[in-house]
Amino acid sequence: MSDDKKDKDKDSKRDAPGATGRLTRRKFLGLSALAGAAAASAPVIARAGQSQGAPEFGGWPNAYGMLSDFTLCVGCRSCERACNEVNRLPAPDAPFDDASVFEQSRVPSAKAYTVVNRYKTGDPSRPIMYRKIQCNHCLEPACATACPIHAYTKTPEGPVLYDKDLCFGCRCCVISCPFSMPAYDYESALDARIVKCIFCYPRIKEGKQPACAEACPGGALTFGHRAELIEVARKRIAGHPGRYIDHIYGEHEVGGTSWLYLSSVPFEKLGFPAGLPNKPVVELAKGFISSVPVIFTTFPAIFGMVYGIARGNEKAATKEAGEKEAHHG
Amino acid sequence: MAENLEEFTRAAAPPHVFRQWFMDKLFMGMSVREYSRSIATPFNLIAALILAASAPVFYMRYVHGLASVVDASNYYPWGILLSWGIFAGEPLYACGFVMAAAYYIFGIKSFRPFVRVAVLGGMLGYIFAASYLLIDLGRPWRIYYPTIVNFGTSSVLFIIAWHVVLYITVQVLEFSPTILEWLGAKRLHAWAVSATVGLVVGGIILSTVHQSALGALYLMTPGKVQPLWYSSYLPVLFFSSAVYCAMSFAILLVYAGVRYFKDKSDEAFLRGAPALTLKLGKGAAIAMYVYFALKVLALAMDNRWAYLFTGWGYWYLVELLGFVAAPMLLLTLAVRRESIGLVRFAALWAAAGVVLNRFNVNIIAYNWYLPQHFEQIIPAPTEVMMVVAMVTFQILCYRWIWNRFPVTRELPEYRNAH
Repeated sequence: MSDDKKDKDKDSKRDAPGATGRLTRRKFLGLSALAGAAAASAPVIARAGQSQGAPEFGGWPNAYGMLSDFTLCVGCRSCERACNEVNRLPAPDAPFDDASVFEQSRVPSAKAYTVVNRYKTGDPSRPIMYRKIQCNHCLEPACATACPIHAYTKTPEGPVLYDKDLCFGCRCCVISCPFSMPAYDYESALDARIVKCIFCYPRIKEGKQPACAEACPGGALTFGHRAELIEVARKRIAGHPGRYIDHIYGEHEVGGTSWLYLSSVPFEKLGFPAGLPNKPVVELAKGFISSVPVIFTTFPAIFGMVYGIARGNEKAATKEAGEKEAHHG
Repeated sequence: MAENLEEFTRAAAPPHVFRQWFMDKLFMGMSVREYSRSIATPFNLIAALILAASAPVFYMRYVHGLASVVDASNYYPWGILLSWGIFAGEPLYACGFVMAAAYYIFGIKSFRPFVRVAVLGGMLGYIFAASYLLIDLGRPWRIYYPTIVNFGTSSVLFIIAWHVVLYITVQVLEFSPTILEWLGAKRLHAWAVSATVGLVVGGIILSTVHQSALGALYLMTPGKVQPLWYSSYLPVLFFSSAVYCAMSFAILLVYAGVRYFKDKSDEAFLRGAPALTLKLGKGAAIAMYVYFALKVLALAMDNRWAYLFTGWGYWYLVELLGFVAAPMLLLTLAVRRESIGLVRFAALWAAAGVVLNRFNVNIIAYNWYLPQHFEQIIPAPTEVMMVVAMVTFQILCYRWIWNRFPVTRELPEYRNAH
């Protein structure tokens, strides 16, 4: 009996150095495997996070919107002029009645909240269409989601506003905006800032409509409550068969935008981005963001455990080695 | 009496003591003349020329604004300053957390002589990554805003900002024993060492989150990033590629030690380098198989196969086969044959593949559908100049620290201290 025990002891002692060697190797493989396991488990965590995310927002009730009907736009650029005057923007590069600007495709810039572009549609019944471009004032704006300093606010009235006193100029809003609308003023070293349409927020607060809508002579811009504008747009589509394609752009795109559009040709032909999801951009990152606290709570336990095991093995190995030495000595 | 007086004067002569300290610590014990002679090398001449040539560019940036030095626009707000400085840089600098985790947490004792050089690589890298922000931010003097002034809690960039700040702090603390040994501050050193394990776990958490957050940033750009590169797996892909990129960079750092800092390294470092290179090579290879599988899974998840047979698909395959699969197989072969040189070459290739991936997501495949896309993404020469100058300066900083601090050697009085 006691001999048996002695033998066992001997065996374990004999194994000790070899065992440590194996453990080291195993531990190393464990490291690599864990790197893989952590990588593999992250989507699970992310997916778990998605289901527990904040409830859907869906936009402020009674928010204002604008219906922009491209079939009624004649490309007069009155909206550009009115916007420039009301918002006291710098003088334009070319006068507002200069039609040569249509030769190129323009985007809103540090000097202009809005521009009108001309598109060749390839449709014989309507070969040329004009499109007014400005910030779409999303119901759940990607810019506001992306901003690390919360310099953007979605007001209950509808406008998405930007506070240049908070901005540090990372331009992540520009990266994230599905429509690439925020324009960054790169020209200034000290006063660099984002410039974009403010949906005439001060005028809306005064009960007026935005300057562009007031200036539009063709009735292409209709200002009102967004919910009602969707009804108006539906009636127009139903009431004028053949005039419109059956799509109100902005009703669902990226969770809905305050600006809504009607057209007689597919919106891609007017330079609208294709492939946008119908859910707000914030939803795409929510899963990741909600997985962060999970990592913070689980990792200390996981790696604490790994450390404990590694430490325990090491102690056992040294102890056994020490005992063996004592035995021999 | 005379002796006492002399001793007294010596003790009460701080300028002299300070001078001695200065010569020992900063000039590595050389006289001013010896030191000036030692730095007159062709490499330093080229480095000095690069830095001098970039000075006017930096002047333009800070006096005339970003527009004078970068070709940024509404559609291309970020350029190579961030792609290289942050998105490609941070997976390389993950070497600090990967090596520290292997040694301190997983208890791989043979990594001991190599932990410090990796932590130095990580710490200095992150400090430089933050420096690129100081160039690229429109208002760099507000760099602390997301951490103190106002919080964008829904923002992925907010997460990155916090994690980078915390992680730089953790890495400086992790590296602090080395600095304290250099300074000879024993009590502080003991405290710093006792905090290490906690710091390392913190480092693992912070790195995991922010490496994947760099990918999550692009979750917000559906339609803008070419569908082959846009995937809900982006955070996982960024994290898993950072793991093998980090190991590859550690292999290269150790190579730099063996090649250029032989006289600053001890026996343990120089003798252990080949075995470590093989172990890291093996680890990197395994992580690359994981990454490769995830890349293929991402294609399958979103059913992007059809895109493979377009021009973009061919470029995607260049990245996936030429810069992931090829170095992965070479690394496997090199580890099996125990060819140290081949492991190092494969590591360089694998790291280059990660850099290429970040450039693809950030620049090449971003806003891919716009007309004149490829003309738009060519960086301004001034922007390239700034990046080259930053890389040069970073190498000089590594060298300065490596030459002076006990990075790849153990001081006798601190043996077995960490």
